[in-house]
Amino acid sequence: RVSSDGKLEKFQPPPKPVIIDKQKQREERRFLSPEFIPPRGRTDPLKFYIERKDMIQRRKVFNIPEFYVGHVLAVTTADPYANEKASRFVGICIQRGGKGLGATFVLRNVIEDQGVEMCYELYNPRIQAIEVLKLEKRLDDNLMYLRDALPEYSTFDVNMKPVSRLDHEEVPVNKLQVRMKPKPWSKRWERPKYNIKGIKFDLPEKKMKEAQKWSQPWLEFDMLREYDTSKIEDKIWKEVSEGLK
Amino acid sequence: QGLLRRSVSHSFLSFASITGACRAIQKLTRVRVVDNSTLGNTPYHRPPKCIHVYNKTGVGKVGDTILLAIKGEKKKALIVGHKMPGPTMTARFDSNNVVLIEDNGNPVGTRIKTPIPYILRQKGEFSKVLAIARNFV
Repeated sequence: RVSSDGKLEKFQPPPKPVIIDKQKQREERRFLSPEFIPPRGRTDPLKFYIERKDMIQRRKVFNIPEFYVGHVLAVTTADPYANEKASRFVGICIQRGGKGLGATFVLRNVIEDQGVEMCYELYNPRIQAIEVLKLEKRLDDNLMYLRDALPEYSTFDVNMKPVSRLDHEEVPVNKLQVRMKPKPWSKRWERPKYNIKGIKFDLPEKKMKEAQKWSQPWLEFDMLREYDTSKIEDKIWKEVSEGLK
Repeated sequence: QGLLRRSVSHSFLSFASITGACRAIQKLTRVRVVDNSTLGNTPYHRPPKCIHVYNKTGVGKVGDTILLAIKGEKKKALIVGHKMPGPTMTARFDSNNVVLIEDNGNPVGTRIKTPIPYILRQKGEFSKVLAIARNFV
């Protein structure tokens, strides 16, 4: 090879391309939706198996994205009484409950100074689309305290554009400490039973100490309450990933 | 401005404890009038209260008519939202909302800013109320 100078140069091989196998990255981080995990009890596992088959069938037809409590979602539902036969609701997910086909999630938003909560069933055929607008986990699993928090923490713009997803890596955790309305609240959120980390308690020290009277420190060591789901989760993950291929 | 719990709005101070048990609307529930009628929005030292529910059971849900006692007068009203969780895929509001109505079903106010559930379209007699509503849920 002759370079621009006219002298012969040693052949430099081109740099090897770095292949980022995105599929591998995605597989490393796996997410099993919590409604697949059967509750502890004496029910026949056949019931859960049949339910899981139905859930996988529904997921093949309709994409249910991965979301946690604290995400801002927009749900379009088919409604016979709506204007264009479809209604859209945007809100922050405050709770995910139920197991199997009856799994629900509650979205909360404040529209025109009125707090509105909608409880949707994940596998309801009336749901036409679920979009994740903002991805962020919060410090708690249950954001029911947002009902007693200042309304600015539950207001989300209805025409919000979806925030771009960074990577197929970890979901960011928002360590926001929410400020509350003056007491009384619907539940005594300062009590250790609720174990809430996402509230900025402005209560006096005396009240916080008094709330600790109801703490049950023996609960975490109670062996009869242990429910180890790791093996069950592995089995169900294999089943679900095979069904969804 | 929304009715914050325990805040002084419409100049009534409620030091009595507010029950949280049956969160649908029955006799003696304090309600929030949501339209822009003068009767519903002028401050009074007592909040508007339900005195009768036009229902077989005395419990009113969305779409039921109730009798309201406002400013010393009796007025009919339509329930447009309550704090009690209803069937799934229906909205649950943070306050018990009500729209003032005449005996023939005509709304008293001219505008409703707060969101109204779509289920009200099921019963055909509220089309005039739905016509003045701005937002739907």
